[in-house]
Amino acid sequence: MRYLSPAFRFVLLFTVLTGIIYPLAVTGLCQWWFPHQAEGSLVRAKGRIVGSALLGQTFTGAAFFHPRPSAAGKGYDPMASGGSNLGPTNPMLLARVQAAVARFRRDNPAFRGPIPSDLLTASGSGLDPDISPAAAYAQAPRVAQARGLSLILVRHLIGQTTQPRQLGFLGEPRVEVLRLNLALARLAPAGPATAPRSRPAM
Amino acid sequence: MTFNGVAQIVIFFLIVLALAKPVGIFLSRVFNGHRTFLHRPLRWLEALCYRVGGVDPEQEQRWTQYAISLLAFSAVSFLFVYAIQRLQGFLPLNPQHFGGKQVSPDLAFNTAISFVTNTNWQSYAGETTLSYFVQMAALTVQNFVSAAAGVAMSVALIRGFARRESKTIGNFWADLTRATVYVFLPLSLLGALFLCSQGVIQTLRPNLPVRTVQGATQVIPGGPVASQEAIKMAGTNGGGFFNANSAHPFENPTPLTNYLEMLFIFVIPAGLAYMFGREVGDTRQGWALFAAMSALFLAGAFFCYHFEQRGNPLLARMGIATQATASQPGGNMEGKEVRFGITDSALFATVTTDASCGAVNSMHDSFTPLGGMVPLVNMLTGEVIFGGVGAGLKGMLLFAILAVFIAGLMVGRTPEYVGKKIEQKEVKLAMVALIAAAASILVFTALSSVLRFPAHGYWNPPGPAAANVANPGPHGFSEILYAYASTTGNNGSAFAGLNTNTPWYNLTLGLAMFIGRFIFLLPLLGIAGSLAAKKRLAVTSGTFPTHGPLFVCLLIGTVILVAALTFFPALSLGPIAEHYLLFSRHALAAVKP
Repeated sequence: MRYLSPAFRFVLLFTVLTGIIYPLAVTGLCQWWFPHQAEGSLVRAKGRIVGSALLGQTFTGAAFFHPRPSAAGKGYDPMASGGSNLGPTNPMLLARVQAAVARFRRDNPAFRGPIPSDLLTASGSGLDPDISPAAAYAQAPRVAQARGLSLILVRHLIGQTTQPRQLGFLGEPRVEVLRLNLALARLAPAGPATAPRSRPAM
Repeated sequence: MTFNGVAQIVIFFLIVLALAKPVGIFLSRVFNGHRTFLHRPLRWLEALCYRVGGVDPEQEQRWTQYAISLLAFSAVSFLFVYAIQRLQGFLPLNPQHFGGKQVSPDLAFNTAISFVTNTNWQSYAGETTLSYFVQMAALTVQNFVSAAAGVAMSVALIRGFARRESKTIGNFWADLTRATVYVFLPLSLLGALFLCSQGVIQTLRPNLPVRTVQGATQVIPGGPVASQEAIKMAGTNGGGFFNANSAHPFENPTPLTNYLEMLFIFVIPAGLAYMFGREVGDTRQGWALFAAMSALFLAGAFFCYHFEQRGNPLLARMGIATQATASQPGGNMEGKEVRFGITDSALFATVTTDASCGAVNSMHDSFTPLGGMVPLVNMLTGEVIFGGVGAGLKGMLLFAILAVFIAGLMVGRTPEYVGKKIEQKEVKLAMVALIAAAASILVFTALSSVLRFPAHGYWNPPGPAAANVANPGPHGFSEILYAYASTTGNNGSAFAGLNTNTPWYNLTLGLAMFIGRFIFLLPLLGIAGSLAAKKRLAVTSGTFPTHGPLFVCLLIGTVILVAALTFFPALSLGPIAEHYLLFSRHALAAVKP
């Protein structure tokens, strides 16, 4: 009892202090000072919320820049975050990448040379919002053609969207796919072949 | 390796180096009960804790009393965490309406041990299993106090070396309170605010379904993440709010948060190494430990970085770039985030396993064989490299005892370390700790590799224990070895392909965490008690100096030798075999679909 009594009291005390007061205080301060970030950096387009700047989402069709493959659920499902966990010699990994390479070469015939390493590999979170600048440039000719835009304009847009290394040396340069696609949609809102329109015509 | 990559690693190390001394001085003042700049704003809180806890902080404890206090505190914590999880359906702050269905008894047992032992192994996916209340009142609390208890044990061990002819090694409740109030609370508060400013969420709203640009439904999760994230790193806990842990953009949104999270992992352990030297009255002794840790850290970081940047030759053959350029990271990007690239992923993997943290910002399971061997080996050596607050400096001191013992055998003198005679009792206790950890890792790994359970049975529904691996061949063995190394080392990171949410794995992994925390650390407290009672010997011409390069090399050699002798056979069955498979033509034959 000499030891159990303080043990109980300290567990209760720290539960209140670090388990209730601390997180609620942080919640209050964050909601006050950084409400946008605290709520999930939500992105609005045309008056409605379309996602979060920090979470990737699926884009298909020739007219959008594609994100990386995702192992989260059926793709970019934040309720099932995670990577593929496939080891480097796993035949499933090799078959998946092999198929993705074939698909990429077919969809982007203008692109030659080695494919940027991030573009056809799945991220750790399955929610990676970014692709490398090289992975964006590799898709530029396809997107430009599908939207009827000049390649120079699309490449310029990528350059504008690219975030450099933080503080000049941290991390990697990157392009946020959602932001790039929204900027693209603003530039050519009713492009001749944006995904929703092209489907009925087919 | 790129210039930028090398620079990121070197600058990180220089920051840790610069912080070691000021943090060490601060810690030493806090645990001696001296005034610091936080005394004025927080002294009342410390006093309040003693009053509510009903303890007298000045009352010194023998090592046995200290150990019993720790055990009592851990036992009560365990019951609390277990109960809160099982009862989450009846508790508030549960907007997703999770109940007992999500948390089976064996899972709750595993998670409770996991957080109480500062391991934070997770057999569950946070976003689909636990309510906000459980995350806060059970898990965030243990993030604080299991870390504080870890620091307390380190401090007690340091006192063992520092004191002379003393029966006592401090007061557990005072150490626990001071670590929480003066170290972890202020650090976490600042950290959480900074993380949130960069994009880590902190909200109590329920998950928010939205319609994406192309019309699909995506659920934007909510939760008090920033507050848990900060203490998760500072307390070297590593248990993520989300399944993807620090790879999740809501836990680790930018390269800057990533750098900060890594610094949070290292700052207190590095400070403790300095504090050790200061307390034993010779800061060179602390720097010698720091030097040994630094050498092993840098070796691991660059080794891992090299092999990850080299990439996967099988993918390169399909036309994937492995060379880094100015506009893409190259290397092995499977399981890694673009914003971190190769460098920050390899560095994070090294840091999180050097310390007993276990947070991950990339999936170690998808690392190249030798790149992934670095975190594995870091854990197998007992996380002595900076070590984290959970099992850190303690491990390195244990190796220091062994090193002087071996050196003593070679020259035929009674070994001494920082003025204390190392005798039979200390060496025996040190060996108990080492052998318990090694046995836990190897025996459980062996059992899980060969045991066969009936399919669809209670113990392991998939059938044989080895059927739970996600990858065939040697990699599957690596997954099992990694799981027991991680839990025994109280690390908590995973080769996450292994499905461990079955009764067999939940129970054995829970047992491994228990052994790693208590069977490993109680002997160390015993050593502390025994050393504290001894006289300090005067330094003579016959004393083996333990602050010079010779001792640093001897120490590094001991760490590597013990790990190699114990674990080389297991490593050669896992990552080393896989490495040769990856770079041989034999493997390529299997590639053709």
